[in-house]
Amino acid sequence: MKNGKHLTLGIETSCDETAVSVVADGRFVLSNVINTQIGIHTQFGGVVPEIASRRHLEKINDVIEGALSEADVSIQDIDLVGVTYGPGLVGALLIGVAAAKSIAYACDIPLVGVNHMHGHIAANYLEHHELEPPFMALVVSGGHTNIVNVPDYNRCEKIGGTRDDAAGEAFDKVARVIGLGYPGGPKVDKAAREGDRDAVAFKRVWLEPGSYDFSFSGLKTQALNYLNTERQAGREIRVNDVAASFQEAVVEVLAEKAVSAALEFGQKRIVMAGGVASNTRLRELISEKAGAHGIEVLRPSPALCTDNGAMIASAAYYAYRSGERSGYDLDAVPALEF
Amino acid sequence: MKDIEKGNFIIDTEAGTRALGLSIADAAEPGDIIALIGDLGTGKTALTKYIAEGLGIKEEVISPTFTIVREYRSGRLPLFHFDVYRLSGPEEFIDAGAEDYLEDSGLSVIEWADIVADALPADALLVNIEYAEDDKRRIMII
Repeated sequence: MKNGKHLTLGIETSCDETAVSVVADGRFVLSNVINTQIGIHTQFGGVVPEIASRRHLEKINDVIEGALSEADVSIQDIDLVGVTYGPGLVGALLIGVAAAKSIAYACDIPLVGVNHMHGHIAANYLEHHELEPPFMALVVSGGHTNIVNVPDYNRCEKIGGTRDDAAGEAFDKVARVIGLGYPGGPKVDKAAREGDRDAVAFKRVWLEPGSYDFSFSGLKTQALNYLNTERQAGREIRVNDVAASFQEAVVEVLAEKAVSAALEFGQKRIVMAGGVASNTRLRELISEKAGAHGIEVLRPSPALCTDNGAMIASAAYYAYRSGERSGYDLDAVPALEF
Repeated sequence: MKDIEKGNFIIDTEAGTRALGLSIADAAEPGDIIALIGDLGTGKTALTKYIAEGLGIKEEVISPTFTIVREYRSGRLPLFHFDVYRLSGPEEFIDAGAEDYLEDSGLSVIEWADIVADALPADALLVNIEYAEDDKRRIMII
């Protein structure tokens, strides 16, 4: 507690980022420190982040101290510790969970384990201070693609997900195929702005009628086949056109299914989350389709779309408010479901 | 993995991939390791889905690229599905806790296994998938 504000320390180490944040009253970001290795590894042409838990272990204390000092608070001011306990890499998750348990024990404050996916959705509470459930959420990132009905703060009902590759993964892999490099999402987004999205006929995969699931793994094969055919025919490959056409095939299905889900469940708002929520064309198309039905679309700023500790703090705060507590036996759950 | 036919062959349909996946699942014993090698889009994850089906796994097998490994425990044997594409080499594979899985009594399937070859035991079953003409696949099992 400082200046009458309830302070939550949020810790996120589920994958590549070591991230810690201090959030006031579950809504206001006082600090958001993220240590990532993406910059270092881009030079190796796509072999990305150091994911070893050892790296998290080396960084975690510095990042916690950085988050406290940036927020201008001390560890004694913290009222609650929230930490991601799944899904993710077990070794990586364990570092965050162990750090959170130690702080909770040493400072005698409550501990709440947070589902990483709930955290992504909660990032919107930090951006839109007036936002409250109910709403429909579209969570799209490098590792996840889910449509989630959110009737209240502590319920997340997954109604659809990917059956193979995540949307962000499709971007990364196709970017590699067409030589755009890493990270694929921003690179494809940029190239697509200069391309013709009707140039190459990528198949839209809708699956069975009424399904909110996705399948994106066929797109990389389609991109490969297209490139081979063009090369064999001696035609010049227009990377921007391939990027734009591929991107359209992904975002059209995402946008259409998210809007259908909102309509079926009677939700007036769609909340976007995860790294792919920053994609320009997805934002444009979903706003267009939702707008036609009077549905509002919200999303966090790019900094809160990617993995961060603030979203974990916010999700922990609302879980805590509804009475949730984790014990010192909290363990990492790598395959945690929604 | 004693009862699996080694050698080279061509498969040309999804049904062929499924048949191979099911036969691998049938032959799998606790602690077996399958090293999958093949380019993007050759069907490594698709083959793993059929291995999972053969083991009687109920959950949807989705790409492990992001999390490096996914576990499935609803079948005859636990399945540990790895994608080590993002790892820099065997050291990082071991750092990520791979040995705990490989020594466990499940079936480990490792995509992009060439990256971590030095960390794999000599008796791992090597399945190499390459593109062949007319969208077929050339499979080499060693």
